Amino acid sequence: MSALTAEPQKADLREPAGWRRTKSRIMTSLMVLSFVVVIIPLGFVLWTVIAKGASVVGWSFWTSGTIPPNTEPLGLGGIGPAIVGTVEIVALASAMAVPLGVLGAIYINEYGGRGVLARIVRFMADVMTGVPSIVMGLFIFSIWVLHFGTNGFSGLAGAFALGCLMLPIVIRSSEEMLKLVPDSLREGSYALGATKARVTVTVVLPAALGGIVSGALLAIARAAGETAPLLFTILGVQSLNWNVFHGATTALPLLIFSNASSPYVGAEGRGWGAALTLIAIAFILMITARLVTARFARYAR
Amino acid sequence: MSAVTQVDPAGTAGSTRALSERRPLGDRTFQALALGCGLLVLVILVLIAITTSQQSTSWFSAEGFKIFTNNWNPSANQFGALAFIYGTAITAVIAIVLAVPVSVGIALLLTEVVPPRRARPIVYVVDLLAVVPSVVWGLWGILVFAPWLQHIYTSIASGVNGTPVLGPLFGQPVSGASFFTAGIILAFMITPIVTSLSREVIATVPTIDKEGAYALGATRWEMIRGAVWPHSQGGVVGAVLLGLGRAMGETIAAALVIGSSPAITSHLFAPGYNMPAVIANQFGESTGVWRAGLMGTAVLLFAITIIVNVLARGIVERNARRKRGA
Amino acid sequence: MDDPEQMTVTTSLPKPAALREQVATGSDTPGAPVFATRNVSCYYGSFRAVTDVSLTIYENDITAFIGPSGCGKTTVLRTLNRMNDLVEGARVEGDVEYRGAPLYAPGVSATAVRRRIGMVFQKPNPFPKSIYDNVAYGPRINGERKKEKLDEIVEHSLRQAALWDEVKNRLNKSGLSLSGGQAQRLCIARTLAVEPDVVLMDEPCSALDPIATGKIEDLMREIKSRYTIVIVTHNMQQATRVSDRTAFYSVLRDEQNDTRTGVLVEYGRTQQIFADPADPRTQAYVTGRVG
Repeated sequence: MSALTAEPQKADLREPAGWRRTKSRIMTSLMVLSFVVVIIPLGFVLWTVIAKGASVVGWSFWTSGTIPPNTEPLGLGGIGPAIVGTVEIVALASAMAVPLGVLGAIYINEYGGRGVLARIVRFMADVMTGVPSIVMGLFIFSIWVLHFGTNGFSGLAGAFALGCLMLPIVIRSSEEMLKLVPDSLREGSYALGATKARVTVTVVLPAALGGIVSGALLAIARAAGETAPLLFTILGVQSLNWNVFHGATTALPLLIFSNASSPYVGAEGRGWGAALTLIAIAFILMITARLVTARFARYAR
Repeated sequence: MSAVTQVDPAGTAGSTRALSERRPLGDRTFQALALGCGLLVLVILVLIAITTSQQSTSWFSAEGFKIFTNNWNPSANQFGALAFIYGTAITAVIAIVLAVPVSVGIALLLTEVVPPRRARPIVYVVDLLAVVPSVVWGLWGILVFAPWLQHIYTSIASGVNGTPVLGPLFGQPVSGASFFTAGIILAFMITPIVTSLSREVIATVPTIDKEGAYALGATRWEMIRGAVWPHSQGGVVGAVLLGLGRAMGETIAAALVIGSSPAITSHLFAPGYNMPAVIANQFGESTGVWRAGLMGTAVLLFAITIIVNVLARGIVERNARRKRGA
Repeated sequence: MDDPEQMTVTTSLPKPAALREQVATGSDTPGAPVFATRNVSCYYGSFRAVTDVSLTIYENDITAFIGPSGCGKTTVLRTLNRMNDLVEGARVEGDVEYRGAPLYAPGVSATAVRRRIGMVFQKPNPFPKSIYDNVAYGPRINGERKKEKLDEIVEHSLRQAALWDEVKNRLNKSGLSLSGGQAQRLCIARTLAVEPDVVLMDEPCSALDPIATGKIEDLMREIKSRYTIVIVTHNMQQATRVSDRTAFYSVLRDEQNDTRTGVLVEYGRTQQIFADPADPRTQAYVTGRVG
């Protein structure tokens, strides 16, 4: 056959031979499957909590006091004291952890530079995020509650424990936000004769504020849901205690925990209602954080 | 020298005195404040170690090395904590085995498969998973999930009873609240953190390497194996270790669904106990050496999680540093 | 002042060394010396960025620093307002005097220095605040609180920067919403708001289009009677258009040690530097044969 009459070679543009393609497709399906595997329990939990909790929650449920689980007859009671406790304790914890955390982040990013101490502090803040929450609770128990004898339990102690939990989270997320602020802004401020503190407070912080707030909100959501730090610091009583600085009190996660392990009838319903309330609070905080991030990104355009 | 005509707010431009201001007090105070807050982290960590150890000395002196025996009996004044250490290890391992393939799968899905626009709902779902408080997982776990699982366990157990490997693992005894249930719930809880960290690591793989693989005619899976995995290996290991640390320290969900009975057994469907759970459940009514024992268990837990976290962060950082220098 | 059209290139022999660093005498009597540097070398760590710079900058002059990349002109500029203090490992040897006072003497506050010697950067860097707050930032950190005074300063500075008419109705809009040229004029207004003695400019027009560039050059000519300006520029035509004096820097290579460092080659009246340079390196650069 002469070269002129030979069939021109068709370029082989088909996909790679069978097995390779199939294998890749299988792997991709597995990846999709992993996502599905995650949706199922999440959906299951949320659906259960909403279904069982919705029939229980209501204004009276949120505002009335709890009925001790060991009395008869078992009405449903309410979770008012727990909501008050959670709001007060988490607010107090945030008031302590957020400013201290932002200042710590300022140290690492603005003052520490590439120094050894800043690297150590950053590394240890990361490590501290992994400390079990129950250890935080026991720490505050040993160092604070015990000193007051039987009177040591208080919302304040719980706030200390939650604050210790939040501190490293706020430090790391704030630090990431500060890192994003371009150096040209700092230089512009220095060139106008500002001191380092001024530069940080009047230019860098405002520029990073949206991200810092969003990170703080997520840390608050995390703290609101924590039980273990509260176990040995606020004790968990049934009555309402407005005073966050003195006297044992209760909080939503603690209430859910005791109701979950309680054999009494009303406890289960109360638990679901409280769980729904807690998830709603965490969810609202998370959405707010997202909104703040989105708004912040738009402003910086 | 000619006179300067404009008013200088900081002082006469011609004089040198005004140039020599001392560093304002506010500036130095602010720096000290920031430094203090940074050091706070170190101070707290050291204090945790000190105070909890102090509280547990009577346990160490009473038991000595017997703390590592499986002999926890408060009424008989015996406090060997081996069962809890075992339980912590087992549930954490189960959680890792279940969570890591899923988390890495999702991370790869987000970085390699799904276009960025469509990735957002997936990220939201993972974030939602993270937002569910541990006590709610526990509540659902003990009231809904565990009873349901019990049926499944029973059928599996009756099936494998007597068989060589699976029997001891999955045979009788069976309880809804067990090592395995706790492991599953822990897996749900650590998935978000392993996913997000793996995603961060995988996202730093240079696009050039990925394109190079594709340009050679690789399928997506071949590209992942050839270009993505070598780069992100270290970081993913770090992410797994972090998940391990988190699984070991998670208290409330485990306390509710692990079964609360100290036991060292190969039967994963049997009820068990782990370190954070026993502390949560027994601390309230404990006294004396019992309480010291629980504190000491907390010290062990603290030490183990610190070690795991230091390892994990070290690996992640070394991976990142190697990438930067490469 | 110097009409580019009339500039001719002469090929005279290199003048003797004595003339290289002097100010050429002529009809232009220099004003008071504002900066005087003597044998200044700048280091970043062990790297010597620029060597042995000695020159004098005169009041109400626009002085241009020109030269190829890496010759240290920006380094020298930043030495004049102690901005290099912010770089880790940066070090200055030699004397830098500002109006007779040593700038790097111990006890001199860099913050006070920068309030008198302002700087405009290559890439406009408005703060993510409103236009008003950008300009008012400087006066505010100097303690000015009264609203009427601030309003007055803001308007005055924006007028000097030839930006007032364009933004007077949207002073509370974000500074980031301005175009490149406007943003740079905002940064100039911000610098002028603290009423500095000197304005340093680091390639202020390199990120801008020709029209914006022209506006800024007009601005410079407008304000020079009240300020002393030092400008680093890559654009030789710009130097001839705006500057009274020009300093030409170049790179000195040490082949044996494989190092390079910046040096001041020649400094004099702009007209002389471009029409009749004393040093062959200057001539090669300004006629476009090099760099």
